[in-house]
Amino acid sequence: MNIFQKRWMTWVLFGLLAVGAFAPLFSADTRLPQWLEVVLGGLMSGVLYSLVALGLVLIFKASGVFNFAQGAMVLFAALSLVRLMEKMPFAVALAVTVLIMIAVAWLIERLVLRPLVNQEGIVLFMATLGIAYFLDGLGQTIWGSDIYTLDVGMPKEPKILLESVFEGGILVGMEDVIAALISATLVAVLALFFQKTGTGRALRAVADDHQAAQSIGIPLNRIWVIVWTVSGLVALVAGIIWGSKLGVQFSLQLVALKALPVVILGGFTSIPGAIIGGLIIGLGEKISEVYLGPMLGGGIENWFAYVLALVFLLFRPEGLFGERHIDRV
Amino acid sequence: MKTSIKLKVAATAMAVAGALGLAQEVSAADEIFVPVLVYRTGAYAPNGVPWADGFVDYLKLVNERDGGVNGIKLAFEECETGYATDRGVECYERLKSKKPVAVNPLSTGITFALTEKVAADKITLMTTGYGRSESADGSVFAWNFPLLGTYWSAADMLVQHVAKKGSLKGKKIALVYHDSPYGKEPIKVLEEHAKKHGFTFIKLPVTHPGVEQKATWLQIRQQRPDYVFLWGWGVMNSTSIKEAIAVSYPRLQMFGVWWSSAEPDVLPAEAAAKGYNGITLGHSNERAAPVHKDMVKHLYSKGKGTAAKKEQVGDVLYNRGMLSALLLVESIRSAQGKYGKRVVTGEEVRWGAENLNIDAGRIKALGIEGMMQPLKTSCRDHEGVRKGRVHTWDGTTWSYTSDWYEADSKFLRPLVEAQAKAYAAEKKITPRDCSKEK
Repeated sequence: MNIFQKRWMTWVLFGLLAVGAFAPLFSADTRLPQWLEVVLGGLMSGVLYSLVALGLVLIFKASGVFNFAQGAMVLFAALSLVRLMEKMPFAVALAVTVLIMIAVAWLIERLVLRPLVNQEGIVLFMATLGIAYFLDGLGQTIWGSDIYTLDVGMPKEPKILLESVFEGGILVGMEDVIAALISATLVAVLALFFQKTGTGRALRAVADDHQAAQSIGIPLNRIWVIVWTVSGLVALVAGIIWGSKLGVQFSLQLVALKALPVVILGGFTSIPGAIIGGLIIGLGEKISEVYLGPMLGGGIENWFAYVLALVFLLFRPEGLFGERHIDRV
Repeated sequence: MKTSIKLKVAATAMAVAGALGLAQEVSAADEIFVPVLVYRTGAYAPNGVPWADGFVDYLKLVNERDGGVNGIKLAFEECETGYATDRGVECYERLKSKKPVAVNPLSTGITFALTEKVAADKITLMTTGYGRSESADGSVFAWNFPLLGTYWSAADMLVQHVAKKGSLKGKKIALVYHDSPYGKEPIKVLEEHAKKHGFTFIKLPVTHPGVEQKATWLQIRQQRPDYVFLWGWGVMNSTSIKEAIAVSYPRLQMFGVWWSSAEPDVLPAEAAAKGYNGITLGHSNERAAPVHKDMVKHLYSKGKGTAAKKEQVGDVLYNRGMLSALLLVESIRSAQGKYGKRVVTGEEVRWGAENLNIDAGRIKALGIEGMMQPLKTSCRDHEGVRKGRVHTWDGTTWSYTSDWYEADSKFLRPLVEAQAKAYAAEKKITPRDCSKEK
């Protein structure tokens, strides 16, 4: 069976999405440079969604836990950094924040995960829900609930490209480009970590079966601390990038919720899936808002991702690159 | 041993509550109770906190400095709504048992939900600078008081301001609005103005909480409106300004409503927000009025202030919260003038709010000169005053950059009355005959 036969539904969905993305070009009102701006803007937003989704995938791959607290971790990490930066230089604040995120990972393992070893996935998921609320409250209690400006030197002014080709050129946000590059680098590093290192392989073994992994000597508790630490660091990077764009404030964790449809699209266990899922959602929501918004009354950008995720849950619940789940009955 | 642990836990909990400074003063039979619906957490906290600080500080000031209103102390209790309508209604229901005289929920959504309830419960609903615009018609909305200005007044004044720069015929005005009852309020007036002035009106909704706006601003870049009116709240405002920078839309052509032009809206964008404008609710970030000095003297120098830092006294939203509480207190005082210097009821305070007459002399006596224009309410007019100036962010502070505008009553009043009449018909309310009201 070739790849097309095995994944025909994926290809059909891809085809439909591609048609949707290119359809505006067939409208007389659409100008190519404007369409390119929307596509570029969408793809770059998508990379940022992927960054948060990556944290979700990491924990799911390594522990089988769907971590609802990823958004709260993004907010907590960014809040810690930005408030510490008021008292110390950036490098020191960053180092202290890393230590804080390691401490958070250790505490989560000690207080939440360890007592729940071998419990059902839904139990662990509910535990992360509790962690999310706790971190939300703790972060705002310790660090405050204002909007804090995080300046890490990202360029704010956009650049106009291809002015000689298109009248008025194409506007590209340099902040988005840099964020996309950082995200891409992080993804590459994580992919290597999972595939090429002993710890990465141990993480995958734990994900497959906690008990089996323990029986061959993989220290489950240490592995969980490692994976939550890595996830916390990914949250920190996401928090820095999103915080630099939007200011560090409570809504960061709501943006992070966008990672949920991203992983539903890409598959819960696939790092490339998180990337492609993010790109599809970023592109899709921008195209639909700009070209369908005026007809449907606008506001599509916010719900597009969730509707698309719903379609995937109906037709391809394992996502584009997730592992097909087969139960013996 | 167990008792000892419980005691320690209780003591710790009380210490934590004390440390967090939860604003709560115990209500007694000889006090007037004011519920304080706030949002100090969540997506809208950056804007909700300074308003709440100003509101609570003014109530504290009246107690500390004056010993209450005509000797009657004010009791108050905060309830966190998170700017969510369901939680706001829950707070209202919970605090209702304490016999509040008036409530100011700082949310148009909660205002919509409470409009019928307050009439049944006989509690005055004060919505300073927000709420239902048609509730300015007191003959139908007896219990609603959109004091100082409605969204329709704001939209009208903004159109007056941009029309002053040149004819609007053939121009484009985009409204970037929070997709909620609040954000949708100015649409009707702007549509009417578009017909009157001949400009194209573009509506661009942004869904809660407003951090996803890239597509909205790409549309603005494509359609190139001459002016953008911003009707956001919370993080939506600062995100709009940042996205405007990202698509190189001139901040000079951006005008926010008074809920979109305060420090939390511009500070995240810092100097890049320079040139951004907003219509004011009569005040900006005045800091040196006598009332501010009293705040410092009676509260902050004694460690009793609510804001985290003394420097926040006088921020735009702090002043807004303070003036909101001041109008509530003046309504109580007005009620006491008619019914006696005692603990007044919600019904009596409604009368007080409907018969406010805060003239220039009273404004000076209250220590808020320059922050409020003379206000006079009546059965027919629950708004009281509808004047504002444009203020502009210079990168570090706000400064006034226009003369006073007064919303055009001839244009707005028929719209207010028509909408109020439609509401009365829908809810089967018989409008009061204002000529018979005293």
